This record gives sequence, C-alpha cells and structure tokens, in this order.
Amino acid sequence: MKKLLIASTALVGMASMASAQGSGVLNILDWGGAYGASHAVAYNAPFEAETGIRITVADADNPATPIKAMVEAGNVTADVASVEYADALRLCDEGALETIDLSVLKPGPDGATPEDDFLPGALTDCFVATDVWSMVMAYDDSKFPDAKPSTPADFFDTAKFPGKRTLRKGAKFNLEFALMADGVAPADVYDVLATPEGVDQAFAKLDTIKGDVVWWEAGAQPPQLLADGEVTMAYAFNGRIFNAAIGENKPFNIVWTGQVYEMEGWIIPKGAPNKDNALKYIAFTTEAERLARAAELISYGPTRKSSSGLVGNVDGKDIPMSPHLPTTPGNIEQGINSNADFWVDHDSELSERFNAWLAS
Amino acid sequence: MTKDAMQTALDPHAAVVSEASGGAATLLTTADGQPLARALARSSARARRRAFLLVAPLLLFVVITFVIPIGQMLHRSMYNAGFADNMPQVSAWFQDNPPGTPIDDTAWGALAADLKAAAENRTIGIVGTRINYDVPGTRSLFTSTGRKARDGFEPPYRDALLAADAKWDNPTLWRAMRSASSAYTANFYLAALDRTRDDEGSVTMVPERQQVYVMLFKRTLGLSLLITGMTFLLGFPIAHLLATLPMRKSNLLMILVLLPFWTSLLVRTTAWMVLLQQQGVLNDIFVWLGIVGPDGRLQMIYNRTGTIIAMTHILLPFMILPLYSVMRTINPSYVRAARSLGATSWTAFRRVYFPQTLPGLGAGALLVFILAVGYYITPALVGGSTGQLISNMIAMHMTETLNWSMAAALAALLLGGVLVLYWVYDRLVGIDNLKLG
Repeated sequence: MKKLLIASTALVGMASMASAQGSGVLNILDWGGAYGASHAVAYNAPFEAETGIRITVADADNPATPIKAMVEAGNVTADVASVEYADALRLCDEGALETIDLSVLKPGPDGATPEDDFLPGALTDCFVATDVWSMVMAYDDSKFPDAKPSTPADFFDTAKFPGKRTLRKGAKFNLEFALMADGVAPADVYDVLATPEGVDQAFAKLDTIKGDVVWWEAGAQPPQLLADGEVTMAYAFNGRIFNAAIGENKPFNIVWTGQVYEMEGWIIPKGAPNKDNALKYIAFTTEAERLARAAELISYGPTRKSSSGLVGNVDGKDIPMSPHLPTTPGNIEQGINSNADFWVDHDSELSERFNAWLAS
Repeated sequence: MTKDAMQTALDPHAAVVSEASGGAATLLTTADGQPLARALARSSARARRRAFLLVAPLLLFVVITFVIPIGQMLHRSMYNAGFADNMPQVSAWFQDNPPGTPIDDTAWGALAADLKAAAENRTIGIVGTRINYDVPGTRSLFTSTGRKARDGFEPPYRDALLAADAKWDNPTLWRAMRSASSAYTANFYLAALDRTRDDEGSVTMVPERQQVYVMLFKRTLGLSLLITGMTFLLGFPIAHLLATLPMRKSNLLMILVLLPFWTSLLVRTTAWMVLLQQQGVLNDIFVWLGIVGPDGRLQMIYNRTGTIIAMTHILLPFMILPLYSVMRTINPSYVRAARSLGATSWTAFRRVYFPQTLPGLGAGALLVFILAVGYYITPALVGGSTGQLISNMIAMHMTETLNWSMAAALAALLLGGVLVLYWVYDRLVGIDNLKLG
C-alpha cells in the first residue's frame, strides 16, 4: 500500500511536470558562440520578459544534425532551432520539420506584408530566415597604397595587385566568384554554372591564379593569413573579417562586389513539444526591430528590408554597423544569394571535380 | 607454429592431462578420490571462465564502440534503401520487368503514384538524394516534381510527368532508378575507385577531370610510407641515444621527446605554420642570412612538403618509444663480443645490434604507418592543394556532401588496404615479433 502511494505520488508529480512543460517553456537548439550570444541578448531576454515563457538553450555544432537524429528517433526535445538555409531545405523535403504558418509573422513597421518585407527566398514552408552571412572579398589596405582592388576581376589580377590570395578549399562559393570575375552577370551565375561549359569556364578562371592561392579550411585562417602577410587578398566569411578589422583594428577592407550570401533562420522540428510557443518565439524574434538589434551584436545582416534602417552602432562602439552588413542596400545588390537547390544537386559532382583539379 | 599448437604446448594443464590419461595404466586420482584428469579439466575451465569474466567488460566495450560501428559502416557502404523503401510501386515494376524493357504506361503510372505518395509523406527528398548520388542534378527534379505532384497527376502519366519536367525522359535517370530499386548496390565502391556504369551497364572509368580517389589512395599510401621512413631515419639515432646515455641525461632527453607528444595536435600544427610560412620564422632567417632574396621566399607549407614535415614531427614519438624500449633491453656485451672477435663497428651494428632492434622497429613502423594512413587534421590545415589525403575526402563526404554511403565505401577500402598490408607484414616479419615495450 505504501509502495503504491509512493508510486502514485511520483506519477502525479511527473504528470504535473509534464503539464508545466506544455505551457510556459521553450527549448531552443542554437549554435552557441558569438552567434548564440547575440540571440540571447536580442531575442531570448526580451521574449522571456514579455511573455513569461521560460527559455532553455542548448548548443550544437550544427543544430541540423541533432534535429535529424531527434526526429528519426521519435524523441524530439527541441521546439525551435537555428539552421542554415540548405539544411532547412533538405530537412523540410525529408519530412523532418513542421510547416510554419507564415500568417503569424508581424507586418513591417511601414505596414508591408511579411512576404514583401522579407528578402526573396527568406520564407519557405518550414523556415523563417533571421540573418544573412556572406562570403566576401577582403584585402589588406596597407599592401595596396595606391589603387585599391574593387572587383572580383581584381582578385584574379595578380599583375595589377600582387601578392598571394586565399580561397576556401572547396567548389562552393569559388565557382560563383570565378564566374563573376570572368564577367558573368551576377543574375546569370547559376544558369551558366548549370551548363558543362559554364563549369569549364569557372575552372579555367581559377586556373589563372592556381599557383598563387593558399587554400583555407577553417574560418579563422583567412584573417590570420592576411595578418601574417602570407596573402594580400582573401575570399572569406564577412564576420571573420569584420571581427579582425573592427575588433582587432587590422587594416582589412571588405569589397562587397562579388559577395555570395546565405541565410540562416528558425525551423520547428516535427513533433516539437511546445509548438505554439515556438511559433510565438519566431513571430517575436523576426519583428523588424529585433532583427536589427541582433545585427548590432554580430555582423550578420537582418532578413527584413525594413530592418536595415533600424540598425544602430556596433554594440559597445561608436561605429555604425550598417556598412559592415551584407544586406545593407548598396551591398546586397552587388552579390548573389547562394543557390541551395543547385548545390544540393551538384555538390558531390563538383566537389570531386574540384579536388581532381586541385591535385592536378 | 600455429596459435592452437602453441597454446597446447604452453598450457601446463594440457600437458599434465595428456600425460596422466595416456602415460599411466592405472587411473590417477586426487586426494578426495576423483579422477585427476576430470578435476584438472574442471579447474582449468573455472580459471578460463574467470579470465573471460575479467576481460568481458573490455570485450563488451570493443564490441559496442568498435565492431558494431565498423559493421554498420561496412553495411552502409553497400546498402541504401532510400529509393526502394519510398518508391514501392515503381521498384516492383523494375523487379517484374527485366532490363531493356521499354518504359510502358504501367511504369509511368507507378512512378506518378509513388511520387505523389512520397511528396505527401515528405520522403521525396530522401528519394531524390539517393538518385542524385548516381545522376548529379536530379535531386531538385524529384523535389520540384514532388511539389507539383501533391495535386496528383492525370493520365496519360507520361505526358503529365514530362509536362512537369522534360528530364523524366532521360534513359540514364531510368537506369539509375532501376539500379537504386534494390537497396544493395556496389555503385559506391565503383565511385570510390573512379569508376561508374555506362548506359549499357558495364563498368567504365569516370571522365578524367573527375578522377580523384585512386590518385588520392596512391598518394596516401606513398606519403605514409615516406613518413614512416623519415620517422625511422630521425627516430633511430635518438632512441639509441636515449637507451645508451646515463639515466640523468636520458631522462632529460626523454622529456624533450614526450613534451611535444603531450601538446595538442592543433598547437603543433599551427606552430609549424608559424615556422614555415613564407612570412614565417625560417624564411625570415633565410632572407636575413642572404640565402634567398626577399622575393624568393621558399614555399614550405600549404603543400606536400609541409604535410610531410608536420606529420613526421607529430608521429615521431610513436617510432621512438617502441624502439627505445627494445634498445634498452639489448645487452651491450653482444656488440662488445662482436668487436672483440674482429668485426668492424659497422659490421657489429649491422649483424648484431640492428637485428635485435627489429621488434621495436616493426612496432614503430606499423604504428606510424597506420596512423599516417588515416591522418586528417594536419593535411587539412597545412596540405594546401598537393598535400591532401584520402581522409580529407572521407571527411568531406561526411560533413559537406552528406553522402555517408560514399564516405563509408572510401573508409572500407582504406580499412581493407590496411588489413592487406598488415597481413603482408605478418607474412614477412611476423606479428608475434612485434614489441611495444
């Protein structure tokens, strides 16, 4: 009898815990690091204060991997997760994500509908983009006292702008960049790249500087190579260059022409225990001011057009953040949105060709 | 001598039992009257059971963390049910109709129905990914057709599908679907050897500009052998010095050998970058000494040279330590005896000392070689374009293209290669001749 009493008390206790989980909590799976910290300040703290919903954040190297594992195992503990665009697309096609009702999103401050206010491609069936990072061309200002490089073609012109270059060791981004340097209009890049001749053209352009390239693998390498004087120009993540330039006062300049940008954002895994709270959270964090606030904390651009004008100074500094964001008008038009569909289709094939080219 | 024979000979119980049962005419018994043979058998069985229980946790650990994952990897390298499970009707059509059958209305109908079902179950991405491994560029064909398929297709299905996307008429695509309709496939192994199937189904080489894996396997093997040789050349004198110096001095030297061993791999790799890069310490010294001009700075890293230097340094302790432990046990009087009998110092080394170091050398060489074959992070960071190894391609397929079957096939080939070399080593040197300490 006593045992039964204990057991039933335990059961009641567990049941009440479970119901508490159903109402006032939200589990987020995030990337951690500086990116996760920007979410904590710009999104999580104000969300908790306004709604009283308690947030628990877990970090992963790439949240898409544990989300896939959770859904496959049928034990989903995350309600909302931040993933890259291509992963969102893939997981959505594989049925691992809840569809997101876009009508929960708030209109822009000027009354524009979310569909008009968000950047093209930022909203899909299962995904709401929060920010944009990009692969940009950057150079060491002290190495070019006279003429400054300003186009992708200059990156490939070692006669006019001497010194080594550093590129990511992989096909993605480099092929697009090479085509833009070879005079292909940004809008046509993926159409050209979809043809065998276009791929040949991109590799032929890369051939022209093959002997002058130091290939980087980790994101921390390009600013280091620039700082050591090992290379004079880099094609690298904008956030890394920004941190070196603004945080460590290195004389690095970014050229936005030829940037290839990608989005990251929220998804809800299939079977999320607190789906309603997750939707509330997504609606709250993707308001124009919230996205702008997050962009002050990390140099990733907001995905709403109306956010651009709301971005203030770099957090804790007297420098305006806008010029350093990939999405700021004037910057975004000079590059292209990375085509996730194209790369999911051709990644293996082009990676093999790239590695064969690299080794030959 | 085979293992079994050795065990019988060395097992004291076995010897005694056979002597007891075969040698004496009267049955030997223990003090309490039991036949001696049975008592011995029982006690040795108990000892074996106890020994097994002692190793059971380790055995369990090895099975869970080693045997099962490797088994799964091998399975994954030839099994992918992404298409067969999610496209049942068209898979059944492929099974009922032999290759070469013209694609009839039934096939188109089955395909349309499967596409609709897969789109509704949101498994179309898995199906598309599977076919995309064989025919690049088709994943989006499946997903985009899937979006249109939710409303269903009207017969005639062929026209409906071709209206959705003209690529559905591609014979290569149908051949790939037929091949994927059975979950077991050798295609990943073919691809891992730069081979593919042409439209007739026979094995051919992929176009030359796509050929990368065979070359990387060869390079991995060659570089690993070279690095093993380098660690031997550098490590042998050091190990000899360590083994022959007085204790106090050799302890100090030992710390110098072990210190880098205890330092993080990444730190050591980065240190080599600082030393070897074109604006690095070594090049600065060369320019200062006037060996090279300021414009002729040497490229010593981000290429094969950098990979060899950094990996040789990192793997050196794995050669020195087994050599050292073997050399310490070699009695110096053998060499002295050889010298006193008239051998030159070179002959004494070659014929007396060196053969005695072979067990340590074998262990060190095997350790260094096997570690080098699977090395990943150092070539990734300092390898540049010419210092890439096969492990970098495995990592790429694991993390970037997410083609895990391909990564598994490459890893399985690497594992097979290492096992073959291990077997050759066993035949040539003998694995029981190996001494780690």
